[in-house]
Amino acid sequence: MALLSVRNLTTSFATDQGLIRAVNGVSFTLEPGEVLGLVGESGSGKSVTALSIMRLVREPPAKVEAELLDFEGTDLLRAAPRALRDIRGSGIAMVFQDPMRSLNPVLSIGRQLAEPLIRHLRMEAAAARRRAIELLEMVGIPMAEKRLGSYPHQFSGGMRQRVMIAIALSCNPRLLIADEATTALDVTIQAQIVELVRTLTKNLGTAVIWISHDLGLVAGLCDRVNVMYAGRIVETGPVREVFYRPAHGYTIGLIGCTPRVDRVGTPLKPINGLPPNLMDEAPLCPFLPRCDVAVPACHQTMPVLRSLPGGHSAVCLADLTSHHRGAH
Amino acid sequence: MNPAGPLLSVEGLVVHFDAPRSAFGPAAPPVRAVDGVSFTLARGRTLGLVGESGCGKSTTGYAILQLVRPTSGRVVFDGTDVAALPAKGLRPFRRRMQIIFQDASASLNPRMPVGDLITEALEIHCLHRGAGRGRRVRQLLDLVGIAPHLAERFPHELSGGQAQRIAICRALAVEPELIVCDEAVSALDVSIQAQIVNLLQELQRELGLTYIFISHDLSVVRHVSDEVAVMYLGRIVERASRQRIFDAAAHPYSRALLSAVPIPDPDVERARERVILIGDLPSPANPPSGCRFRTRCPEVVEACATKDPPHKFLAPGHYAACLRV
Repeated sequence: MALLSVRNLTTSFATDQGLIRAVNGVSFTLEPGEVLGLVGESGSGKSVTALSIMRLVREPPAKVEAELLDFEGTDLLRAAPRALRDIRGSGIAMVFQDPMRSLNPVLSIGRQLAEPLIRHLRMEAAAARRRAIELLEMVGIPMAEKRLGSYPHQFSGGMRQRVMIAIALSCNPRLLIADEATTALDVTIQAQIVELVRTLTKNLGTAVIWISHDLGLVAGLCDRVNVMYAGRIVETGPVREVFYRPAHGYTIGLIGCTPRVDRVGTPLKPINGLPPNLMDEAPLCPFLPRCDVAVPACHQTMPVLRSLPGGHSAVCLADLTSHHRGAH
Repeated sequence: MNPAGPLLSVEGLVVHFDAPRSAFGPAAPPVRAVDGVSFTLARGRTLGLVGESGCGKSTTGYAILQLVRPTSGRVVFDGTDVAALPAKGLRPFRRRMQIIFQDASASLNPRMPVGDLITEALEIHCLHRGAGRGRRVRQLLDLVGIAPHLAERFPHELSGGQAQRIAICRALAVEPELIVCDEAVSALDVSIQAQIVNLLQELQRELGLTYIFISHDLSVVRHVSDEVAVMYLGRIVERASRQRIFDAAAHPYSRALLSAVPIPDPDVERARERVILIGDLPSPANPPSGCRFRTRCPEVVEACATKDPPHKFLAPGHYAACLRV
């Protein structure tokens, strides 16, 4: 059985200017232990998708709707607030981009580590303290026992993100959502944190959703990848399929405009124009105005999700076989 | 103008920032943001300045432009040591050296329409007086791919990419020779980043500009630079041509830095050997003795703690500061 099933998730925000459809009909499933990448640019709806699953968007002004939003048999859409609080932290945990904003500045690290252990696992204070020390050691913080009394500002950015990971994994969640969790870090620190999350979740059998704008990170970490544009999943498939045989004009554009550190020469192919305004409901493919591979049919009908070989599917009308470069 | 020599020559550049004075106890040591940086840059070339937060790459850029005054060292721009000039004498050089910052919306005055922002640069330097000035502004906007009707807009009405084009336009307005691009494309989404990178490269070809491209993103640096200098804790640890640094980096820090950059290719990315450094960057107020990288270096030996490694010549244009190369 799937760990998480999302069918036709739509999250809209009521604003003075009109309704913004930040997430517009997103569907996917996630198996236990699977590592899924969610890629796309600012405003594509990656984070709002994650926050909607966690039911962390404020309603109103937002409105979260779905045909199905199921986590381990619990209907997240209709669950009572108390049941949702039980799932957050112990079933699904989340690590955000900026640990300074997600850690409480006036509570010690030890207290913040113990809190979910006491709330979800009903631990006694002394047991929670012992477990907190183990958790800090697990994420590679030296002199863990001494650091329990420290406050977030006394840690470096990388160390803070380690603490966030310790808190997120403390109650053995089945799903970890990492929302641009390494974006604010320097590359050498990013490499440390990525390696840490990868090893820990693999050992614990935790499923991970990596939300990132960095194609390189997703290429190295994920089993499957969902490419998002204008609030929709435009392409989904195993990571090698999507990178070597992209089946959507946007994915091709994204790969073509991303510089590579292992290669020179090829000029970058920018995607012309700007992302669409999410206020206007488009009757055609939202990427059409910027698309380099559009065919005449694109100007007449809205594409639907089309299945391709290799467990791969895309919402695109063009035949893109000529753009495939194959594996090395 | 001396077309034969390098456009820019930086010799022993040092920038120390005093720690805030405390009423009690001994004074804290100064932050050694830039601590002995030297390089030359030929006209029309691009030097990529890379390193992690706090390595001093931005401060180096500011000190070259005299936006912060160096503590010591020389910054010779086209034959003149601008670091030795009084503030008044800098005015003509300010026109010839410009900067583009990361966040265009923060570096553009929010209360001025973008057309006026560009006109202002021309006014300050008394360029294109009279009716020619409006024509020049339209020409400049065209050069960076901004439609003339957008000149009426305020910065907040522009997208991030458009705002960055205006920042570039304003830097170009005064016809500079050297432009410091300080993380100029880092805040942009990749599709927009590619547009701006291509624009910067076209402008360089058309106008013969010289760039110092400061960035933490090595993939972009590989794409735009002719030469690359890698900085760590206020020093250049390695300097080489683009091809040498990316294919034959000698310093352990350069190699670790390069191996940490993810590559958007599943097979290549999964087959790579990765050097994962231990620990965080030490404080630039109290750098380690000897080689500054030794506390995180996977190849450290005893001598590294006592001997400050000099720049060793490896190939024409390729230098590295490591005892073990």
